[in-house]
Amino acid sequence: MRPFPELEDWQAAPLDEVLLQCRDLVEDPELPSVKRFRDEGGKVLGHFQVYFPEELAHAAGMLPVKLRGAPIDPDHAESRFGSYLCSIIKTSLELALNGSLKLDLFVSHPICDAARNLSAIFSRNFEHPSQILYLPQNANSSHTVTYLRGEYARLCADVEAVAGRAITPGALARSIEVFNESRRLLRRLYDLKRSRPWLLAAEDAYSLVALAGLLPRETHNELLAWVLDRLPERDAKREDRVRVVFEGGFCEQPPLDLVRALGRACYVVDDDWLIGLRYLVEDVPATDDPLLALAEAYIERSSYSPVQHDLRKPKEDMLLQRVRGAEAGAVIIAAAKMCEPGLEEQVAYTRALEEAGVPFLVTEFEENMTSFTGVELQLETFVENLLFA
Amino acid sequence: MSEKNTDASNELVGRANRRGGELVRDWYADLTRAAEEGRGAAYVFVMGSLNEILLGFDLPVVFPEVNSLQTAVRRVAHELLDQAEDYGYSPDICGYVKADVAVQLSKGKHPMGRIPKPSIAVLTNACNTYIKWAEIWERMHHVPVVTIDVPGTREGVTRGRADASFDNDLRYVVAQLHELIATCEQITGRRFDIDRLRETLGYVNRMGRAYRRVLELNRSAPAPFNALTDGTVYLGVANALRGTEAGAVYFEELVEEIEHKVARSIGALGDESYRLAFVGVPCYPIFRRFTEMFSEWGGAYVGSSYLWFASGGLNRDFEYDPQRPIESLAEGVLLGVRDAMDSMFHHDRLLEQMIDHYALDGIVYHPIKSCRTVSTGLADGRRALSERRDVPSLFVESDMMDRRVVSEAQMKNRIDAFFEGLAARRKRRAATPSVLEGGA
Repeated sequence: MRPFPELEDWQAAPLDEVLLQCRDLVEDPELPSVKRFRDEGGKVLGHFQVYFPEELAHAAGMLPVKLRGAPIDPDHAESRFGSYLCSIIKTSLELALNGSLKLDLFVSHPICDAARNLSAIFSRNFEHPSQILYLPQNANSSHTVTYLRGEYARLCADVEAVAGRAITPGALARSIEVFNESRRLLRRLYDLKRSRPWLLAAEDAYSLVALAGLLPRETHNELLAWVLDRLPERDAKREDRVRVVFEGGFCEQPPLDLVRALGRACYVVDDDWLIGLRYLVEDVPATDDPLLALAEAYIERSSYSPVQHDLRKPKEDMLLQRVRGAEAGAVIIAAAKMCEPGLEEQVAYTRALEEAGVPFLVTEFEENMTSFTGVELQLETFVENLLFA
Repeated sequence: MSEKNTDASNELVGRANRRGGELVRDWYADLTRAAEEGRGAAYVFVMGSLNEILLGFDLPVVFPEVNSLQTAVRRVAHELLDQAEDYGYSPDICGYVKADVAVQLSKGKHPMGRIPKPSIAVLTNACNTYIKWAEIWERMHHVPVVTIDVPGTREGVTRGRADASFDNDLRYVVAQLHELIATCEQITGRRFDIDRLRETLGYVNRMGRAYRRVLELNRSAPAPFNALTDGTVYLGVANALRGTEAGAVYFEELVEEIEHKVARSIGALGDESYRLAFVGVPCYPIFRRFTEMFSEWGGAYVGSSYLWFASGGLNRDFEYDPQRPIESLAEGVLLGVRDAMDSMFHHDRLLEQMIDHYALDGIVYHPIKSCRTVSTGLADGRRALSERRDVPSLFVESDMMDRRVVSEAQMKNRIDAFFEGLAARRKRRAATPSVLEGGA
């Protein structure tokens, strides 16, 4: 499948044109790449934030699509919810209710109190099956990996029933290899963000990651490899900008215009945007038991987020590691409006950063915000304080 | 003199509420003593307290959810919320958490006494905020935090042991219980006593049997107890005294009282006009007034989802098998916590069964800012249920802790309109002969 149908020979196009196409595709609330996949006879598995073992859907020939909300008004979904909720919950349902996203299977995870209701809500509104994948919330039991392997096996049976195709060990091994390639490419992208952030605008880096949740992964791998090979040739000069880490985008996503505003004010050298697509930090080894390998990778070799509880990974320590690893000079601690886990984590983050002497800015965002004047002013003041203090 | 008004009857009616208050006050007195003596407590949660194991180590058990709701009922919650917000917590997170943070920052000072510091925190994943809450204690007190992760229903309502994942889930819970026991042994320096566990399981079985009988008895008309106000007292005892002889005796005596009331048609309301179910968590900042706004119209709460999900699984028709205590406890925890989650996420299916069983005239949904677990799906569940069944309902939002989002006047307007609708509906129905009666 071509990533951009209207750009037939996209590999002959200039890099800037391809990046523009990437941004357009990410911002398109009609999700055209998913629509095309389904129109061509494919089946779609929609998975809500944060992490999902996409290899299982891929091995059954389904397209795993990350539901990450959208900057749209929840016209139909609003009546399904009360007040005091984050936006992503509403707009993820809206995409399905307004027909932009047609699914064959919906899977959510008990990541937070709001999101754990989504499976029941989808099941009341749609004919297709909807379910919860119970990723473990106790990463520290000796039995966790075994349990998760069993949970993945259960999910496989449900995916097979929807896909109408068995997930064979060979198919799963091949899918793991495709996703290992994806992980390697995404690591390369983040290495570049850290080492030469001037080569790629923040919104372009964001779009390249987000497309992993919208395109068949082989297509995305091809696209990302092509872009990464061309970036070093770019004629871009290093500027005197503050290097920052953005923390708070693990679930609801900031609008691309906000990412752009951040990128204009500073170099975003690391972040947790769409961290679920990058959650496994190493390749998953090829073994006789690929489900066990996937389960082990989730528990033992994964990133962090406010919605995964692991005594070995206090979130504030992990943030400090991220800051040091990226050689960042400051942190933007954000939370989506009404995002309880994100807001709760802010207290621990700010205290740890204060103690470590790392400057930070605390802010809130919403995926469908349209005015950025306030945030830009906050950012400018923050950056000026850092540069000229 | 009517049988309703004999001395014996007067003594019996209301006994459980009086006794419940005493037991909860005694429980807080014990906690205060533990705090003064510097003894550490086990911090636990209502949905999966694991009292069964903790009692065996003689750890005082603290329910921070109960502590927090007490601050709202006693009208000091707003001071605590301010204190936690000054510390850095957002106005948009759970009020229970913030009130507890303030209690912790004030070295356990609480309107009911003093809360001891934790030696251990035990949580389930029934509510995600439990996890974030325990992480706060971990940072504040540097104590072991033990998670009992209980996988919930994957699709629809659980089929219990028939669920495809049941065996895998059960093995996971069993393993975690063994790990909890090992941690308790480590922090207390005491050996685990399996016979004590058997005894505790027996008390929980007695409590559960009686609790279910009490819920069932409220099918009577008039309903002998108010599921909201009386029910909250029962829940306090069900949690604080879970697995104790005093708890078992309390509920057995409660059955006696409720049966007495049913036999004599003594209702919780003098004049029961409408039978209602309550969905959500009560409005504690104006608890009495909130209830009055319904009772003034003759609205009797005959049931509530709160009496399901906050009962620690006592509402489920399940009994422990003391002959295989750990596995049976794991099964009870798995099914009980899962049932609590189902009653929050799939409330429409459970309410549908309740409509006829309890002869409901209406359903009151009370989503609250503080609790997304309970509240997120209420509007959609209400929509779905109204498509299947013709039962009037009211959707009124406020909070269980934060009086800043409780608008009493607005609430009263909505409630009055709801009852006017119920009255009009009743009049309409009375005026329209049924098809079965041969009407046109």
